[in-house]
Amino acid sequence: MKEAYDILVVGGGPGGALAAKAAAEAGLSVLLVEKRPAIGAPVRCAEGIGKGALAEFIEADPKWVSTDIERAVLVGPDGTRFTIGGEATGGKVGYVLDRKMFDRELVWRAAEAGAEIQVHARASAPIMIDGKLQGAVIHQHGKTYEVRAKVVIAADGVESKFAKWAGIDTTVPLWELETCAQYLVNDIDIDPKANVFYVSNEACPWGYIWIFPKGPRCANIGIGIAGTKSGEGHRAKDYLDRFMAKEFPNAKITELMVGGVSVCRPLECTVADNLLIVGDAARISDPITGGGIYNAMYTGDLAGKVAATAIKNGDTSKKALMVYDKTWREGPVGKTLARNYAVKESFIKMDDKKLNSIVHSMSDLSIEDLSVKKLVLAIFKANPWLALELPHLLKAL
Amino acid sequence: MINIRRDVCGYCGACVSVCPQGSLELIDAYLTVDTETCKDKCKICSTVCPLGAIEWVEK
Repeated sequence: MKEAYDILVVGGGPGGALAAKAAAEAGLSVLLVEKRPAIGAPVRCAEGIGKGALAEFIEADPKWVSTDIERAVLVGPDGTRFTIGGEATGGKVGYVLDRKMFDRELVWRAAEAGAEIQVHARASAPIMIDGKLQGAVIHQHGKTYEVRAKVVIAADGVESKFAKWAGIDTTVPLWELETCAQYLVNDIDIDPKANVFYVSNEACPWGYIWIFPKGPRCANIGIGIAGTKSGEGHRAKDYLDRFMAKEFPNAKITELMVGGVSVCRPLECTVADNLLIVGDAARISDPITGGGIYNAMYTGDLAGKVAATAIKNGDTSKKALMVYDKTWREGPVGKTLARNYAVKESFIKMDDKKLNSIVHSMSDLSIEDLSVKKLVLAIFKANPWLALELPHLLKAL
Repeated sequence: MINIRRDVCGYCGACVSVCPQGSLELIDAYLTVDTETCKDKCKICSTVCPLGAIEWVEK
């Protein structure tokens, strides 16, 4: 580890990896620190991503693609199933990844581009001089280093400590943090080409249960519930165990994963003097699905490029870095987040009676693709009472 | 005060993201609490935990 770099990236997930790669490719000196001893582990993810989204950044590789998904199935509280995809989408829906291998590949590419990678290296505090961020204190193998950087990219995930230390409030409201538990399950009868989503306020309040296949008889089976719905005897793992006992009593569980996903609005501002915040740390996971891999890759890549330009221009002030915030917020990512937040707000609190009514009505729908807008419009058409209940949602679409 | 049950904790960081005081930190697989800043009674961390690893106990 050197004393100074152009750019310090805190966190070795997809956001940090793409930031480090983009900055290194622009010819800057980059250090990426990951506090865990291994990149990619432990997994805190259901591992799903759309094919088109992934292809923007990397070509799919069997080394880190677990399964090819052709359909999404929505299951209502009473068990009514609605399938989206199949032939109508030309089989191009998504993948379930192997995040342990995927994250390593992304960090490896950053290293190939010239970034220095340090694992088991934890940023514990920002170095602030005259109120401005100038680097970070790094602990590794019992030693402490003061690492200077012109720009720090905070990619420290859902915990989002670094930006908080630098004075930005990243706290997620309890009711907008989905608390999640997931098992890797073997020896079960599933449709290996379908990602299944169960909605029910009783079985998974203000969240959903998912089955994402990892192989022919193997899947990630997990649940997210709102933080306010969690408590002693009714935590995410309790709900998941109830679901497993009912649906897969003979399943063999080979891994337990837990995690938190924010479904709030993004941070009001994702830059400060000499600081950019990306991915989950910026609170930009999707409010409907909880998906965060693509948004992290997109913002990470953009942050690396913006930081490189700012450093070359000799101005890394908040004003100079604002182009990062403006670009993602006003582009497709920001617009989708705003729209999906409105959709989530409208549907998340519905009781099972209303959810059943919606899923029943969907059996008559002909839906050509997985677009949220088309799906919601079709649901509105089939359920005229929704227009009275959710008058604002149509505008938000 | 809060008591972290290390044998139960899955070190996922959900509690860290909702702590209004920023008192919690996940150091690799080791969750720590800053007892200077922890307000002690909000119980948000013990509520959100997916596994029930954070208890609130009388001092």
